[in-house]
Amino acid sequence: MSHGSGGLAMTQLIDELFVKHFDNELLSQSNDQAIFTTEPGRMAMSVDGHVVSPLFFPGGDIGSLSVHGTINDVAMSGAKPLYLTASFILEEGYPLLDLEKIVISMAKAANDAGVSIVTGDTKVVEKGNGDGVFITTTGIGIVPKGINISGNRAQVGDAIIVNGSMGDHGVVIMSSRANLEFETTLESDSAALHTLVADMVNIAPNIHCLRDPTRGGLATTLNELALQSDVGVKLYESEIPIKPGVLSSCELLGLDPLYVANEGKLICICPKENADQLLSTMKAHPLGKDAAIIGEVIEDNNNFVQMKTKFGGTRIVDWISGEQLPRIC
Amino acid sequence: MKYIDEFRNQEVAQKLAQAIQNETKQNRQYNLMEFCGGHTHAIFRYGIPDLMPDNINFVHGPGCPVCVLPMGRIDNAIKLAVEDEVILCTYGDMLRVPASNRTSLLKAKAFGADVRMVYSTQDALTIAKDNPNAQVVFFAIGFETTTPPTAVAIQQAQKEGIKNFSVFCNHIVTPAAIQSILESPEVRDLGMVSVDGFFGPSHVSSIIGTQPYEFFANEYQRPVVIAGFEPLDVMQSALMLIRQLNEGRFEVENEYTRVVTYEGNIKSKLLVEEVFELRQTFEWRGLGELPYSGLKIKDCFADFDAEKRFNISKINASDIKGCECPSILRGIKKPANCKLFGTVCTPENPMGSCMVSSEGACAAHWSYGRYEKK
Amino acid sequence: MCLAHPAKVISIENENAIVELGEVKKQISLALVDDVKSGDYVLIHVGYALSKLDTKKAESTLEVMQQLKTKI
Repeated sequence: MSHGSGGLAMTQLIDELFVKHFDNELLSQSNDQAIFTTEPGRMAMSVDGHVVSPLFFPGGDIGSLSVHGTINDVAMSGAKPLYLTASFILEEGYPLLDLEKIVISMAKAANDAGVSIVTGDTKVVEKGNGDGVFITTTGIGIVPKGINISGNRAQVGDAIIVNGSMGDHGVVIMSSRANLEFETTLESDSAALHTLVADMVNIAPNIHCLRDPTRGGLATTLNELALQSDVGVKLYESEIPIKPGVLSSCELLGLDPLYVANEGKLICICPKENADQLLSTMKAHPLGKDAAIIGEVIEDNNNFVQMKTKFGGTRIVDWISGEQLPRIC
Repeated sequence: MKYIDEFRNQEVAQKLAQAIQNETKQNRQYNLMEFCGGHTHAIFRYGIPDLMPDNINFVHGPGCPVCVLPMGRIDNAIKLAVEDEVILCTYGDMLRVPASNRTSLLKAKAFGADVRMVYSTQDALTIAKDNPNAQVVFFAIGFETTTPPTAVAIQQAQKEGIKNFSVFCNHIVTPAAIQSILESPEVRDLGMVSVDGFFGPSHVSSIIGTQPYEFFANEYQRPVVIAGFEPLDVMQSALMLIRQLNEGRFEVENEYTRVVTYEGNIKSKLLVEEVFELRQTFEWRGLGELPYSGLKIKDCFADFDAEKRFNISKINASDIKGCECPSILRGIKKPANCKLFGTVCTPENPMGSCMVSSEGACAAHWSYGRYEKK
Repeated sequence: MCLAHPAKVISIENENAIVELGEVKKQISLALVDDVKSGDYVLIHVGYALSKLDTKKAESTLEVMQQLKTKI
């Protein structure tokens, strides 16, 4: 295990792959830290560990996913993301060619987003102690003045908007897993949402909540927000955008698309009077073409998320215990 | 999705709701039991009770093979994975079901046991072929719908000489459960929860046909309508049951004609008869030992019977005090009547069979039905 | 219980078929049914076709529901 313990082999690995592809002034100083200055103001910081399996899937890989994920976590405060760090835990013997693919993908994602990966770390563990590659990313950003976005700010009467179709990412991951393979043209929706957020915050600085419905999907995230803000939620099933491919896949596996993960989507809760304007602004952005108003915040001591079904009746969209699993029953 | 979306049409639902409203007599209750978890699911997921008059009462029966599997059998499966170190293949439904000592197959997997989720018995056979040096056991559960695929796998394993493959069989049969509900003293003698009519299971019936239900309709004088499991199917079937009850008929009618026939799938039935036979008795969680209700692998396929190969012995695991599952499964009580519902017993922390799977009466009520009708 | 769906048979090879459910394709086994052709609809459950869908009966079931007279 020569890579984790410093030494020539380790330096070579970093030099060859990471510095080459992440290619920025701060990283190429080869220090253990990156030093930078920023404007004064409030900062937002976030960290996330990425353990997705499989590592490569239609529309992305663990590399691009980790960059998008952390940029999004920072952006959900309304902040402009500035820098990322990346920490890798590699299983000994993980093919270098695959590692390079992941690194190139990370670099591209960061580059496209205009955010630099400025410092990093690598450790190698014995074979059998990891899934090949685990990546942890931290991100920081600056929150513009006057923006106050938080999960406890939803108010009765607010509109609930999403920027596009639900469930794409989770379905793609399921279809790539062994023993569940099915053919679909779907791709993960993994994307960096910060420029969309910047447009939204610009037009409506008084947005109350923003959150990305990742693990657990739309349903889980709305339940979290309802609880945090001590309100209820009413959804309209016919307004929630879901791709036909996601509907069919979920049908086949017995899954509810409302609980399936997304990686390039956000939920926005805003005052009713801003909703229409926000919607048009989002639709004008490439990542908001399918944006839709899907419901409203209501008063409810139980903090339920209710949904008027396409069928005409009403049901509760409850918390779920653990990850949704395919069923036969 | 063809032949699915059409049966979820809202406008037709309104027509059906109106027809049901028109034909329901005001002076009586209609207690309609859906035996099948898929029907429970449809009823709640689409908010069907909202569209029904108040004197239509949906009673949720034990139609969930996951819910009624005794904890001891899951303990057996976990033991196979952990102590016998087999590759245990299972459908997704079983992974999170709590066994004794708050463990589960998923937890066993987290601790290093080789538990793998599969979509089909074919996947389990492939895993066996790909891992010739390991023992592969398929954890077979389900009613008559799910039994023929297991039969295919066992026959194929014998034909192809896949010697490292075996099946831990927990298949159960539907008529025994229906009989148990109708025979229970509370229902038969004391007349509690008169179950007035049954929604017959959709896909079990695709295999066994409509013929086996004639016995129940005649013996117990209750109408049975074999119902598809899309929401329009459930509503149309409710209408057919209401009509039978109004007219004093007790026949077997088939609403799900696009899939179910009188004789069912003869090829599947013959295949199942070649591979399996009835156990004298089998335990159902919440209902106790039911005679001739479970299947075991025949001696001619003994080589593929995990119970023989691994000497599996019965593990007794009893349910919690205060759990009302036995009454709820028989339609005598509702989830809200159970002291444990929503307090100790939640989907996060299920105490009994009705909360264990999303198809169980308590779990379905928790997920869909808890909000108050205005 | 028994999650099963109607799916269209796209192609057949030996005892297996590729079926289409909405926008998704999956390989399933035809071991439990006979006389299945491309273009037929079958009911699929746990990776097997359990029966052929009678499309005429499907249409007539829908018709019965659609033609319900709903005079008040």
